[in-house]
Amino acid sequence: MTGTVAVVGSSVAGVRTAQALRTEEHGGPVVLIGAEAGLPYDKPPLSKQFLAGTWGADRITLLTEAAARAAGIELRLGVPAQHLDVAGREVLLADGHRVSYDHVVIATGSAARPSPWPVASGVHVLRTLDDSRALRADLERPGPVVVVGGGFIGAEVAATARASGHAVTVVDPLPAPIGRLLGPEIGELMGQVHQRHGVDTRLGVGVQDITGEAGNLMVTLTDGRQVEAATVVVGIGAIPTTGWLAESGLLVDNGVVCDEYCRAVERDDVWAVGDVARWDHPRLGEAVRVEHWTNAVEQAACVAFNLTHSGQLRGYAPTEYVWSDQYDWKIQIVGQPRAAVKHRFIGEPGAEPPRFAVVYSDGDSRLAGALAVNWPKALVACRRLLAVGASSDEAAKLVETLLVPTVA
Amino acid sequence: MPRLTADVELCQGYGNCTTTASDVYDVDDDGKVVLLRQIIDDADRSRVEEATRSCPVNALRVLDR
Ligand SMILES: Cc1cc2nc3c(=O)[nH]c(=O)nc-3n(C[C@H](O)[C@H](O)[C@H](O)COP(=O)(O)OP(=O)(O)OC[C@H]3O[C@@H](n4cnc5c(N)ncnc54)[C@H](O)[C@@H]3O)c2cc1C
Ligand code: SF4
Repeated sequence: MTGTVAVVGSSVAGVRTAQALRTEEHGGPVVLIGAEAGLPYDKPPLSKQFLAGTWGADRITLLTEAAARAAGIELRLGVPAQHLDVAGREVLLADGHRVSYDHVVIATGSAARPSPWPVASGVHVLRTLDDSRALRADLERPGPVVVVGGGFIGAEVAATARASGHAVTVVDPLPAPIGRLLGPEIGELMGQVHQRHGVDTRLGVGVQDITGEAGNLMVTLTDGRQVEAATVVVGIGAIPTTGWLAESGLLVDNGVVCDEYCRAVERDDVWAVGDVARWDHPRLGEAVRVEHWTNAVEQAACVAFNLTHSGQLRGYAPTEYVWSDQYDWKIQIVGQPRAAVKHRFIGEPGAEPPRFAVVYSDGDSRLAGALAVNWPKALVACRRLLAVGASSDEAAKLVETLLVPTVA
Repeated sequence: MPRLTADVELCQGYGNCTTTASDVYDVDDDGKVVLLRQIIDDADRSRVEEATRSCPVNALRVLDR
């Protein structure tokens, strides 16, 4: 394939696709189109090191101009794509320019679900570098912080704000927010971690309303109680960015709907990758969309391969993996704990610092997933076993042997 | 032949490298990356480069000697 590949979206999924196309020896032009004007950057540090101020913007750059030049990637940054003309094979940009392509890769990711509480200032969402900068600036002033949403991003923001000395309250309508993913027991442990670090939690209660302005906000909860805040962070999920495809004729339903090879249905020259892609997972037998960093990278490699090897397409069947750093917990999760029927604890959740793993098994006693806290080696072991369809007993036994470190 | 480096200070033990190239990278008991080989064949280069790009903290390099 020597034609032009247009990649729309310049974050990790788009950048890694462009790079992987070169690895697969695609010889034609690669054009990377991105709405944001700055160089492509990485998102996980935006709720961690960048928000805390320990890393600068230069440390989260995904692709420098020099690296793009060296790889022969043409950057078209600062102008969003507005329409995809599938029949004419053109991307229409908001400034009226058109980019012709032979293949297009949709990598427009997702956007933060907006705060439903209209307040002039002081209420933040966190998705982009600008979001993180604005929140960081507000966190430089003293005053209590309320975090709405106790998922990964909410929990990370709470930990970061707490570490910089703020009084922090986490509000979530679920009694154990992380429990939705990992089971109630872990959800409860996680709640205790917040409390142990001096973060107040209001769980099982929602937000009724937010009023005021930056520095002087009042959060009213559904149980009628009120919490004062200088700054509020709303972390209530993300929505795939597909608005620009509304008139493309592509099938969009909670993401761009793709076949198992990550091609938009009924097209062999339109692909999707990363947070925006909802594809037919061959092993799970259902359409899934995954909002994790590692998925974006692995899917990028798969799309680049398939795009350059039309005769030997590979189905995309990844093993889900995500990490999250909260307080003194380095959490790593692999597979699908939420699909599990049983689980087993190994290690010491109560130790200082804690180090433990949870091995989840499905109805057929096969390993469904694993969670590791401060224990990368256990996670790597389970990640390998999952890929080969091992039993959960085998996984538990192996992890137990890791409790006794080997002498290097 | 390409030479490999790993920055153990940067490494967070995310383990993506060893998932992509288990013959080249591993993770030790402390959750840090271990290079199983310092030098790789040219033929392995693109696969190992893919592994370096899967590292969330950019701790891995493939150098031209
Ligand atoms: C604060 C934060 C912390 C996170 N932490 C973790 C973590 O610890 N571990 C983990 O596994 N995952 C984490 N994630 C999730 C991970 O970052 C995402 O899964 C990943 O960024 C998805 O990459 P993507 O390229 O598919 O989409 P996105 O990162 O959403 O990028 C999409 C890009 O497309 C651009 N774009 C959108 N519309 C257009 C248009 N019309 N034209 C041109 N360009 C457009 C956007 O500007 C953006 O640059 C975190 C996410 C956030 C926000
Ligand atoms: S992917 Fe990076 S952070 Fe993870 S184990 Fe390998 S070197 Fe360390």
